[in-house]
Amino acid sequence: MATTLQSVGLTALGGLLWSGYTDEVKASPLVLRPPGAIKEDDFLTACIKCGLCAEACQNRETNLDKETGLAKEGTLKMAKGGDHKLIGTPYFIPTEVPCYMCEEIPCVPVCPSGALDQLSVSNDKGELDINKASMGLAVVHKESCIAYWGIQCDACYRACPLLGEAITIEMQRNERTGKHTFMLPIVHDDVCTGCGLCEIACVTEKPAIFVLPNEVSKGVAGDHYVKGWDKKDQDRVKNAKEIKTTTERSNKSSADYLNSGDLY
Amino acid sequence: MNKIKYLLLRRFTQVGILILYFGANAYGWNILAGTFGSSLLFGTIPLADPYTTLQVLATGFVLGADVLLGAVIITFFYFIVGGRAFCSWVCPINMVTDLANWLRRKLKLDKDEVNYRFLKRNARYWIMVLGLIVSAVVGISAFEVLSPITIMQRGIIFGFGSGIAVVLAIFLFDVFGVKNGWCGHLCPLGASYSLIGKASVIRVEHDHEACTACMECKVVCPENHVLHMINKESIHVLDGECTNCGRCIDVCGDDALKFSIRNYLKK
Repeated sequence: MATTLQSVGLTALGGLLWSGYTDEVKASPLVLRPPGAIKEDDFLTACIKCGLCAEACQNRETNLDKETGLAKEGTLKMAKGGDHKLIGTPYFIPTEVPCYMCEEIPCVPVCPSGALDQLSVSNDKGELDINKASMGLAVVHKESCIAYWGIQCDACYRACPLLGEAITIEMQRNERTGKHTFMLPIVHDDVCTGCGLCEIACVTEKPAIFVLPNEVSKGVAGDHYVKGWDKKDQDRVKNAKEIKTTTERSNKSSADYLNSGDLY
Repeated sequence: MNKIKYLLLRRFTQVGILILYFGANAYGWNILAGTFGSSLLFGTIPLADPYTTLQVLATGFVLGADVLLGAVIITFFYFIVGGRAFCSWVCPINMVTDLANWLRRKLKLDKDEVNYRFLKRNARYWIMVLGLIVSAVVGISAFEVLSPITIMQRGIIFGFGSGIAVVLAIFLFDVFGVKNGWCGHLCPLGASYSLIGKASVIRVEHDHEACTACMECKVVCPENHVLHMINKESIHVLDGECTNCGRCIDVCGDDALKFSIRNYLKK
């Protein structure tokens, strides 16, 4: 009896420690996943840590060095101890090796668990389409981007695999000189796949354009904001019913607000 | 040579399997790719670890059919060859803990029998169930975040990082802490294969007539409570915790032990 009680008690203790540790190690928000990865929370659950995606990435035909004919380092790495990412899960670091957006997306169909969703990178015809990937979003830090200083640079724009779509150049008059043009890179989040080719192409010491995971880089306006000029968005409130809310009004405040003293 | 036949065979399979996994990543071989969590045999047949699969299912995630089919295939395979045959013929940690055990014997650390009051051999079953509960509560497969087995395997395939510390910790624990501490007391993966082993087909058979009671087998056996029939009766080793490692068969000078097909009809 006593030993059973002890076993139960020690198991509960172990369970608390184990849960705490497990909960901590899954918190790594700044991580970029392979194309087709489902939402980060679900991804951490679903990934069975087999490494088939990373192996497919490493051994794809396009990964051979043109001069030596040997395989280069693949994009996808498997998190190991010390990487501070959930151990055994695939990720990539654009400044080391970006995602080259292979047309045949070798990393996705091999996933056995459903952590990489083939449908999310397929077009309407059911063919693989890497342009549908959304691994993250490139963000420009204006203060360190030399194009925003007025220096001509379009490295990111030219490196982008979706040239002229994911990053466009916006012309603006340079008021400081009065006779030059700012050529500013603007990222479009509906097109950008987060491959990171812009980040590795960026000429500044630490890239002024960098890819962040969608959860980090994107805000959410909230359901209650409706774009009245956008037919699709407006349709969301097609069936909305009118809700009348009445707030009781103070009769005094409108008359007395000048006397209250908290005008400033 | 006959004294280490199964030992050599086991090392050959263990290392061979690791080389195949390594080559799948490094050279694109298409024989055995992935890791123990989930693998692909000859580029077509899915394999998956049953306990890992259960952990993911415990989180409530609906796994891909490949993993489910793979888990069924692996369960059936080890039902045939002996549940914990995984532990002694495949698992790379086995080489670490076998080395630790050998060192223990050399350092004469086993002289005094120690009774570990809180660490019984059935702790692994508690941990196995706990792993599923923690997976369900936290929402990620709990054993996979610290499993020295896959950490070591991935380390060999993709590079260790600081994960090597876990493997070293297991080694130190087994040498200076508890004898057979990891594999024989704690490992929930081994526990899950023990459950398959309870019903397995290929088992070690003891021949009481031939036995001279030298007890060499009990000295080398990492789970020697499974050998309770030695010099008592001629039956199969039916305990699921037997790893089918064959060390007892190797060291037996009387041919009193051998692998054979279990007789399900005999009580």
